[in-house]
This record gives sequence, structure tokens and C-alpha cells, in this order.
Amino acid sequence: MLGKTANGLYWMYRYLERAENTSRLIETGQRIGLTRTGADDDEWRSVMKTAGVDQGYLATHDDISKDDVIDWMLRSKDNPSSVQSGISTARQNARLVRTALTHEVWEAMNGCFMAAQKTLARKVSERDLPTALGLVRQRTALVRGATHGTMLRNDMYNFARIGTFLERANATARILDVKYYVLLPSVFSVGSSIDNVQWETILRSVSGRGGYRMVHGNNTNPRDIAQFLILDKRMPRSLNFCARKVLDNLEHLSSDYGIEPKSLELAKTLVSRFAHNDIDVIFEEGLHEYIQSVLQAFSDLGRQVEIDFRFYE
Amino acid sequence: MSEKNIFDEMLGTEGQLRAPYAEFNHWFEGEDPARLRAKQREAEEVFRLMGITFNVYGRTEAEERLIPFDIIPRIIAAREWKKLSKGIEQRVRAINAFLHDVYNRQEIIKAGRVPREMIANNEAFLPQMLGMTPPGGIYTHIVGVDLVRTGDDDFYVLEDNARTPSGVSYMLENRETMLQMFPELFAKNKVQSIQNYPTDLRRSLAACAPAACEGTPTVAVLTPGVYNSAYYEHAFLADQMGVELVEGHDLRVVNGRVCMRTTRGYKPIDVLYRRIDDEYLDPLSFNPDSALGVPGIMDVYRAGGITIANAPGTGIADDKAIYSYMPDIVEFYTGEKAILKNVPTWRCSEAEPLAYVLDNLSDLVVKEVHGSGGYGMLIGPTASKREIEAFRRKLKARPGNYIAQPTLSLSTVPIFNKAGLTPRHVDLRPYVQCSPKGINITPGGLTRVALKKGSLVVNSSQGGGTKDTWVLED
Repeated sequence: MLGKTANGLYWMYRYLERAENTSRLIETGQRIGLTRTGADDDEWRSVMKTAGVDQGYLATHDDISKDDVIDWMLRSKDNPSSVQSGISTARQNARLVRTALTHEVWEAMNGCFMAAQKTLARKVSERDLPTALGLVRQRTALVRGATHGTMLRNDMYNFARIGTFLERANATARILDVKYYVLLPSVFSVGSSIDNVQWETILRSVSGRGGYRMVHGNNTNPRDIAQFLILDKRMPRSLNFCARKVLDNLEHLSSDYGIEPKSLELAKTLVSRFAHNDIDVIFEEGLHEYIQSVLQAFSDLGRQVEIDFRFYE
Repeated sequence: MSEKNIFDEMLGTEGQLRAPYAEFNHWFEGEDPARLRAKQREAEEVFRLMGITFNVYGRTEAEERLIPFDIIPRIIAAREWKKLSKGIEQRVRAINAFLHDVYNRQEIIKAGRVPREMIANNEAFLPQMLGMTPPGGIYTHIVGVDLVRTGDDDFYVLEDNARTPSGVSYMLENRETMLQMFPELFAKNKVQSIQNYPTDLRRSLAACAPAACEGTPTVAVLTPGVYNSAYYEHAFLADQMGVELVEGHDLRVVNGRVCMRTTRGYKPIDVLYRRIDDEYLDPLSFNPDSALGVPGIMDVYRAGGITIANAPGTGIADDKAIYSYMPDIVEFYTGEKAILKNVPTWRCSEAEPLAYVLDNLSDLVVKEVHGSGGYGMLIGPTASKREIEAFRRKLKARPGNYIAQPTLSLSTVPIFNKAGLTPRHVDLRPYVQCSPKGINITPGGLTRVALKKGSLVVNSSQGGGTKDTWVLED
């Protein structure tokens, strides 16, 4: 396959994943806004920071208002990470790699784009927001489902998956990066209502509340949440899970191609790091520093994949 | 229903149902128009979802347009098709022989059948091709011959598209759509299949592999990129043939071969079906600013390292000025009279014809020699006085740039609209594949239809639509 095609698949699925993650963050932000009073701006600021779109917003807006933030994250064409932009970019990449996709995947992707164009053509009122976000989630899930059900498990599939999981790891790590202070043995008294809301925010942004309850019951505490999102091998959005998936895909590629690329080494190092890390040690050494270094490691891994498989000239 | 004196392919000139349409008409009369209307809308949805769109030049990327699809098929009888395809084959053979001659011994010039300046001063003539023979001796691997019909037995060639004819994806998708929407029609009518076009094309291209090819030939489609108006078609053909769709920046010359950058390294290409124009092919040989092509590909080509389909320089054969010589060209190389008629053509480069054209502008169609897509032409009978006068000035300023033809009364085929069946003018572009193994003509082709009443312009960029084209079995 062409290096360009690998690149296109990788970014198609990264942007699809990003659109989905952003929609989840918007939903969380709105939910928090509904269930508590005050400090609203701060919450939206941190939501934007998590999505990495705060700088762009502040450069184009005078103040932070809920409606403007939602519009910026949902529809803005000036924001490359808005839901709308993410879906358009994913679809544009899908057009580029049209020959690598099955008909089902292409139609799901194009259908997702068409539905988003229609639903997000005008500003979405708060009342219609849940429907719009639900539609995005459904449509992106359809693309993933078609991918899963119809694509050959060859190198193309591996590049698509690597894109998905690097983006997902990045999203989860950013949530932890922005919210790490909530999880620290903190100045707030543990168990206070503010803490509970914040913790719930974190779990909500990764659709992890149900999963967490199954594993840890109703005992919500920072240590278990961090453990769940960083190290749990069963949680499909945890950093460990994502790293293992990327490693799997790189191992397939390596044996398929008969090579030992540098990216494979980086992925192995990352996975073994999670295997040997203990959550208590992570807290001892500093959660923030830890997340920062993991973010860097994922980013290096992504860059190495691009080089190893000749994405660009 | 049919316009006076205009040949309607369903109803002739006298309003009598023609034989090829008998079965179809029977079906149509039993259908509920409301259901058909719903089907027509459904077809549009299918096209949009599948992304069968074209980009309009000069518009933003979001602007992807559908080519309107009409559900009434254009039906050709087996006997009509036999004659047509014989004529097409003869013409394509002659074009190939002409190209080889023009770039080698130039016997047709020596014989005085085509004037030397017609070739030498022609922009489409590529001196870089002189003295070389492409692999297998094939210049025009894919040809789309534009035909129009004016009567029961009257077909004219309007244009020989010997460079990179487009539209074949619409031919295939139109059929696919009809099969999905009206399967019952295909049970009653024996329609010749066209579905092997992509497989045949790959085989035909592979049969033209260069000397340097080892093992199974690697074929690729070269596109200018995702913003090109025909990008959908490029992706479609690559997908259907099971070959890579490449852009210039995926390619580079490595060890005397043109190679594509794959995830495993550089891999040589044997046959490149390029959908970019000659001048962008190689910045070292042609337009130095081109970022679409491959630096050095012409050297590889001349050394037998790659097959370029169609060969560079084929434009000299479908040039509108050369067109007027086609009857001579066919006779010169095949020793036979041309089976398909040429439209009488006045060359404005010559004094006498120019005088005639200037006197009769309101009756003629005047075209730019190098124009395409229906742009830059004058359709005398429908033009206003002001348009004619403006055109007269252009024509006088650069007469050599134009040719003129009588307005043909193109045949009509009904479309299905609010009024029911309504006649509209059509043309036909059958697709031809050439290789050393032979010439293969897909039964049917692309029928383009002018959707505006009375209009003769069928180009999709100017409001034309398309129809499925049936060639019935014997």
C-alpha cells in the first residue's frame, strides 16, 4: 500500500475519534453546567483545555459563554478540532483513501458527514444539543462498526487502528492532565460534593462511569479513578489499553512486513512501563509529571510510525 | 410528443414506437408515475451517499455536485450497435496508425493528405515523442468516441477523445443504479452486460506492459488529486481495477524506473494510467512548474521503463482541426472508406471556408480548436445578435483558432419529468480499450442528455445529465 494511504487512514480514524471525544466533552460540560451553580466559566475553560481548543477560542472571543463555547467546539470551521471539522477532515481523508476502504465503511463515513452537515448547519440550541450529540456518537460508531465488520485485517486495518488508539490515548491523557489536581490527595476534604462532581466529570468524559462501577463499586476515590484510567487493561479508553492495542497492531505490521521498526520498540517500552507501574508509586512520584511524560511518549510513538512507514516523503 | 423533424429514438419522427423500446414501453405504461418519481429521488440519494459527484472548478471544496441522472434508459438495438462498433473500431485503428506515423515516418504528410503545418504548428504535437514507439505500439489505450445521431441510420462522430476521456464511472454506476432500482426491467430486456469494464481495462493495460516489466505488471492510476473535478472517477477506477491511486508526490524515479512510495519502500510501476494532461506529466520535459507529475518520467518512458496510458502526444489525433481530415486519415491507413460519418467542417484557418463561416454565423456552430467541455463555442441558431457579433470579432482576430460545423439536429430520447416523458437531445460516448491483443468496445457507453428544452449542450459542467445506455442482445 502507498505511504500516503497509510497516512490517510491513520488521520481519518484519528479525526473520527477526535470528533467523538469532543462531542463527549461537550456533553460533560453541559451536564456539569446543569447540575451545579457557579464556577461555570472555569468548567468550560477546562473542558476547552482538555480538547486543546482553548487558545483558539480565546483568540477569537472576548469572553467565555456557554453558548459560544458549545458552538466553537461543535460547529466552528475555524476550530480544526470541532466536531464538525473533525468529521469533515475524516471524510476528506476517506475520499483520499477511497480505494482502501470497503463500500460499507465509505458509505458509513460519507453518511456520517452528510448527517453532520445537516444537523450542524445552524447553531444548535441547548434543547437540541442532546439529539445532535447523540447523532454524532451514533454515526461515528457506525463507521467503526463497518470498519470492524467489513475491513480485511491487513496493514490498512492496522494503520486505521493505530490512528484510533493514539488519538484516544491522547484524549484520556489530556483529561488527566487538565484534571490531575482533582485526583491529588487534596486541599479539599475528600468526599466533599465538589470532589464528587469533579470525579464524575472525569468518568463521564470517557464514558467510564458504568465500567468503573462494575470494577470498583460505588466507592469513588481518586486513587481508583486514576488506576482505572491509566492502568486498567479492560477499560477501552485507558492509557494502558490504548498502548497495548497500538503494540498489537505494530506487531502485526512488523511480522507482515518482516521488519523491526523503531516504533515497535517505543510501543513495547510504553506497554512495559504500564505493566510495571503501580498507581501508588505514580502518585508518589507525581501524577502530573507522570501524565506529561506519557503524553510525550505517545506523541513520539505517533511520529515514529509516520517515519517508519513512509507516510510522507 | 417528438419535435417536428427531429428523430426521437423512442418514437422516431412519426411518433411510432421504435422496436428497441417495445418491452420498455410496455413496462413503463404499467408503472405508477408517483412510484417512478420516488425512485428518481431515491437514485439521487444513492448517488450522493456513494459520493458519485464531481467538483466544479473554481468553487470551494464543499461544492460537490451530482450529475443529474434520468431513469429512462437509452436503448440501442443489437443490429445498430454492430454497425456502430465496427465503425468505432475502424476509426480507433486508424487513429493509432496515424499517431505512430506522425511521430515516426510521417508518410501521410509526404503523401499530401494532411498538411505539414497542421501537425508541426499544433500545440498538441509533442516533439518529445518523435522517433519512439510506445510499448506494444499502442498510443490510445482508452478512447471515448463522441457520437451523435440524426436519423434511423445516421450516426456522426463529433469528437474523438483520444487523450483521457472521462465519464466511464457514470456509465458503470448508472447501470448499477438501474439494476438496483428496476431489476424487473432487466429480466424482460436482454441487455448486454458492461460490468467487466474495469477487469477488462486492467487486463488491457497490463497487456501493454513495457520491456522492463518482470512478472505480473503493476498498474496504477495517476490523479491530479482530490480536488480535481473527476477525482471520484479516478478513485472509482483504481478501486474497481484493484490498483493503487497515486499522485505525483507519491512517485519518483529510482534506478531507471518510476516507483511509488509504499509503506514497504519504493515499488516500480509498469503501466501508469494517467489522468493528468501531457503538459503536467513531467516538469523536466514540459511545464516546469507542474507539481502534479513526475520529474524524469519521460526519460524512463523513452528508455522503455514504463508505459504511459494514453501515450503523451495523442492530442494531435483528437484535435478539432485534425478532425476535419479524419475521413482521409481512416482511408489512408485502413484502405477502406470510413464507416462512421464526419460532421462537415469548415477550417477557419483557410480563406475560403472562413469567408463562408463569417457569412453564415447564425446557422453554424463554431468551436475553439483546443477547447473542451462545451466552453468557448458559439451555437449560431440560439445565439443573440450581440453574441454573434462579439464572436465574429474573436474569429477574425484568430481565425486559425476555430472550426465551424453545421448545427446537427441531434436525436432525442425522452426524459422523465413533471410532464411525464419529454424529449431531450442526447449524445453517446462509447468507451474503447486498445492493446496489442486487440480492440475492445464496451457495449453501450455514456449517454449525456441536455436537460433544458431544445438545448444541444449535453456537458455536465453546463447542466447536462446522464442516462443508462442499453445495447440489447440479438
